[in-house]
Amino acid sequence: MKLPFILAMARRESRASRRRLGLYAGSIGLGVAALVSINSFRANVTDAIHAESRGLLGADLELRSTRPFPAPIQELIDSTVSGDIIVSYVTNFAAMALAVDSQRTHLVDVRAVEGTYPFYGTIETEPPRHWTQLQSARNALVDPAVLVQLDAAVGDTIAIGNAWFTIDGLLSKVPGDVGFLTALGGRVYIAAAYLEETGLLGFGSRTVYRAFFKFAEQRSLDSFLATYEDLLRTEQVRYETATEREQDFTNVLDLMARFLGMVGLIALLLGGVGVASAVHVFVRGKLPTVAILRCLGASQQMVFSIYLLQAVMLGVLGAASGVALGLVVQASLPDLLHDFLPVEIHVSVEWPAIFAGLLIGVWVAVMFALLPLLTVRNIAPLQALRREFESARSPGVLRFSAHAAVVLTMVALSIWQAPDLALGAAFAVALGSTTLLLWLSAWFLIRTTRRLLPRKASYVYRQGIANLYRPHNQTVAITLAVGFGVFLITTVYVVQGSLLRQISLDATPDRPNLVLFDVQKDQRDSVESLILSHGLPILSTTPIVPARISQLNGRNVREILSDTSGPRVPRWALQREYSNTYRDSLVDSEKLVEGAWWNNGYLRQEGEKEQQVGRPPAQPGAAAHVYRISVEQQLARDLRVGIGDRITWDVQGVQIETEVANLREVDWARLNLNFFVVFEPGALDDAPQTFVTVTRSESAIHRAELQRDLVLAFSNVAGIDLAVVQESIDSILSTVSFAVRFMALFSIVSGLIVLGGAVATSRFQRIKESVLLKTLGGRGRQIRQILLTEYAMLGLLAGLSGILLGSAAGGAFVAFALELSFHPPTLPLIFIWLGTAALTAAIGLASSRDVFRKPPLMVLREMGE
Amino acid sequence: MIVAEGLEQTYTSLGRPLRVLTDINLTVEPEGFVAIVGPSGSGKTTLLGLLAGLDRPTAGRVALDGQDINPLDEDERARIRAEKVGFVFQNFQLIPTLTALENVLVPVELRRALSGSAAKGAEERARNLLGRVGLGDRLHHYPAQLSGGEQQRVALARAFANEPKILFADEPTGNLDAETGRTVIDSLVQLNNEERTTLVLVTHDTELASHASRIIRLSGGRIVEDPGSRPG
Repeated sequence: MKLPFILAMARRESRASRRRLGLYAGSIGLGVAALVSINSFRANVTDAIHAESRGLLGADLELRSTRPFPAPIQELIDSTVSGDIIVSYVTNFAAMALAVDSQRTHLVDVRAVEGTYPFYGTIETEPPRHWTQLQSARNALVDPAVLVQLDAAVGDTIAIGNAWFTIDGLLSKVPGDVGFLTALGGRVYIAAAYLEETGLLGFGSRTVYRAFFKFAEQRSLDSFLATYEDLLRTEQVRYETATEREQDFTNVLDLMARFLGMVGLIALLLGGVGVASAVHVFVRGKLPTVAILRCLGASQQMVFSIYLLQAVMLGVLGAASGVALGLVVQASLPDLLHDFLPVEIHVSVEWPAIFAGLLIGVWVAVMFALLPLLTVRNIAPLQALRREFESARSPGVLRFSAHAAVVLTMVALSIWQAPDLALGAAFAVALGSTTLLLWLSAWFLIRTTRRLLPRKASYVYRQGIANLYRPHNQTVAITLAVGFGVFLITTVYVVQGSLLRQISLDATPDRPNLVLFDVQKDQRDSVESLILSHGLPILSTTPIVPARISQLNGRNVREILSDTSGPRVPRWALQREYSNTYRDSLVDSEKLVEGAWWNNGYLRQEGEKEQQVGRPPAQPGAAAHVYRISVEQQLARDLRVGIGDRITWDVQGVQIETEVANLREVDWARLNLNFFVVFEPGALDDAPQTFVTVTRSESAIHRAELQRDLVLAFSNVAGIDLAVVQESIDSILSTVSFAVRFMALFSIVSGLIVLGGAVATSRFQRIKESVLLKTLGGRGRQIRQILLTEYAMLGLLAGLSGILLGSAAGGAFVAFALELSFHPPTLPLIFIWLGTAALTAAIGLASSRDVFRKPPLMVLREMGE
Repeated sequence: MIVAEGLEQTYTSLGRPLRVLTDINLTVEPEGFVAIVGPSGSGKTTLLGLLAGLDRPTAGRVALDGQDINPLDEDERARIRAEKVGFVFQNFQLIPTLTALENVLVPVELRRALSGSAAKGAEERARNLLGRVGLGDRLHHYPAQLSGGEQQRVALARAFANEPKILFADEPTGNLDAETGRTVIDSLVQLNNEERTTLVLVTHDTELASHASRIIRLSGGRIVEDPGSRPG
């Protein structure tokens, strides 16, 4: 019988404040919208990837090698193929494409296809279905971007190495390819039949050989892998199944969506702060009503239920509107994140995400409402007789439980949204400490401001700042809400800014901006003179010597890998192909951290002249010359080697014995030619090697002309224009930071709603004050100035707290996670700061329009009560 | 109907004990009309709060309708108020979000919620009461849309809505001008007679007090004059 009364009272009691409560419902709604949209999107992505699972790889199994398939593997492939099992080859390498008509060049990602790849999914072309005629002639299918770069059109001729192709169409969709990864080198598909003709597969070209399989049934794939896994590993052929590929994509995108979801969670937290602040003010206004109800015989439980029910309704309303907004946002996410998606996303309604959103919205609203609602329990009926009678505070246990409920809610939500428990817990801690720090810094700033305010300051300023301390002020809640938004923006901005600054630093006048790869030994001189003849400088020419590790301190790599006792050395570190170099000095992106560098004029003793690289040692087992090498410190840690340890290298079949002489720290973030391992000069002078030559020209046209002439003369030399690279990285970073800022936007709007709501809730009090001031002779202008001072100050303080904390967080991330030097972007941050203050002041003034419109006559009525 | 024995109330003010009421003994017979008068600060309202069980005395006991309320907790006393007591306040104390009719119905609904008994014809009675205080055409107005006098008459109707045995009124005309105050007193006295309620009225308005059958005078927290209960 109690329920109908509670329901009816809750409904009636919300009458006068529905608009205001609706506003707060909005702040919960935004957080819910962020979560529902991102989690629905996540489910959509997973579904889409699952639906196109095999299309992502185009096959059931892919074998991949950076060398032509070794004989045992080729034999395995040939013997496996039969009836049901089909194979198709794709050879993949980077090369310069030259448009014959326009004479423009561009670095492209060549994919030479043999067989009926892809077995699953379709590569869509424009005009349609031209994929089927790719292998029937000298045809090329290219990315639209390649056409633009080459200033060519469908039907034109392009040269790749020595082979010429007709552009037969454009690639409109290649399943499994992610947009931003293909941004650098546009894709060009040709038939493998002309691979030989290009003449580009020589030494030093970075070619990936792929074999794609179609198995009739999963069982034969499983047994194939079970049988030959060891052989593949031994021959250093990597493999991937369609299932693994699906899993990889799902994991990456899931991670991305979860991260964005965590940003969305902040919006929800701010919504919670909004609800707490709203309920706090709302309850204050309801104290007389509660006292009357108590006086008339309502129990504590009953009045508490009446207001709790309103909080629940607030949550339901907010969550429902949030779901609606979330569905709209969800539809826009595939466009926003288009460059990161390997498949097309079909937006569909995800009920689990929606229900989770509803539940979380209501739950957060109620949890944050609990603390202020506790006051209701303690209203003494006597307050109906005497307003000044102070209520007792709630018992400590209850207040503690209410606080704990909020904290636990946030921790649980963080863990739920985060990719794993540790990250979720860390996020919750970060969230909590940020809240605490914002709180403290806001408190400190406000205190300091008041203390530093000159006594002689004009009345309006003193009054405006004093307003920040008015009884029952919402200063801290607003500072927290607005400050959190600013904090997020600042952090993202600082990180993005530092990354971009790093890249543009590398584009300053003394840095190279055109890098030429794969210059062969016999081409070196001609390439250099070609560059010089264009009037461009040779900034450096660096040898690259590919090598693999064959022994560590006398132990075979294979032996180390199969040894399961003791600490493991990562497989990649032992098996990868290293691109090593040799030189006599450190470069500016390196720092010696341990051991000594070899000085100029290394010593080579007489009699050892014969012991040269390129030839096997005179006698097997005879003591070969030991050369000194410098190892990057992280790699040394992975390989578990230190100074004095021996590494034996396999350089194109020749064993070279080396000793670790020193360890280097390398700043990988610099767009430099950086190396894991540097040999002392002399060790590799005669080893098979290619060169990287770097030059610089301010003019993009000069760079393009040089590249054209290089391609015409040396078709194997690949040129990378760093300006183009920088543009690509720029655009990728912009997309990422836009996605993050998009989610951060929810928090900022939540913050502004909290602000607007807080202003609205103190409206009555403000009207009274302003009317009193008017009665005492204050002019409208002065009252506006007071309000302006108050809100501008609030914005300045909240903004400053957010910017300081955001810079610290962003700076820490830049310095420790990215290991870049941190330079705060002062000017933009000042803009953010002033912008926040202006926005806060504008919203504050707009929400209190009617405060300064009320005529002084009101004072007689309103104050009379 | 109301028995108070040895009531004492001491508040702590600025760290010092402040004795507001000392040794109050009184008995109010059923259907009596008692006015408690005295200057500001004499403890009138404090006494009213104690008699109505809104506050706990430092010493002494209060019994309402034969039930000792001292040992009861907040909620149990609230229940007694819901069942037996009506209130009229100086500043009307209507719930601003409810219409006149809804305000009058609150005590009825509260009692129904507490006891589970269906109050048949409650709304009819509420309309009737509002009619009797002259507000039959204002049922659906909100407090803010009513004048002070009208608000206090709604409060009167609410006070009688539950057919209370005891009615406490705290300066019911304190916020009204003389003319309006008089119409409110007339309504109060008339309803009280018709409903046969025990009425305890706190006021410093001697004209209002003159309607009572017994006037208790307080000064400095003590009863300085009490003619005792008169039959009648």
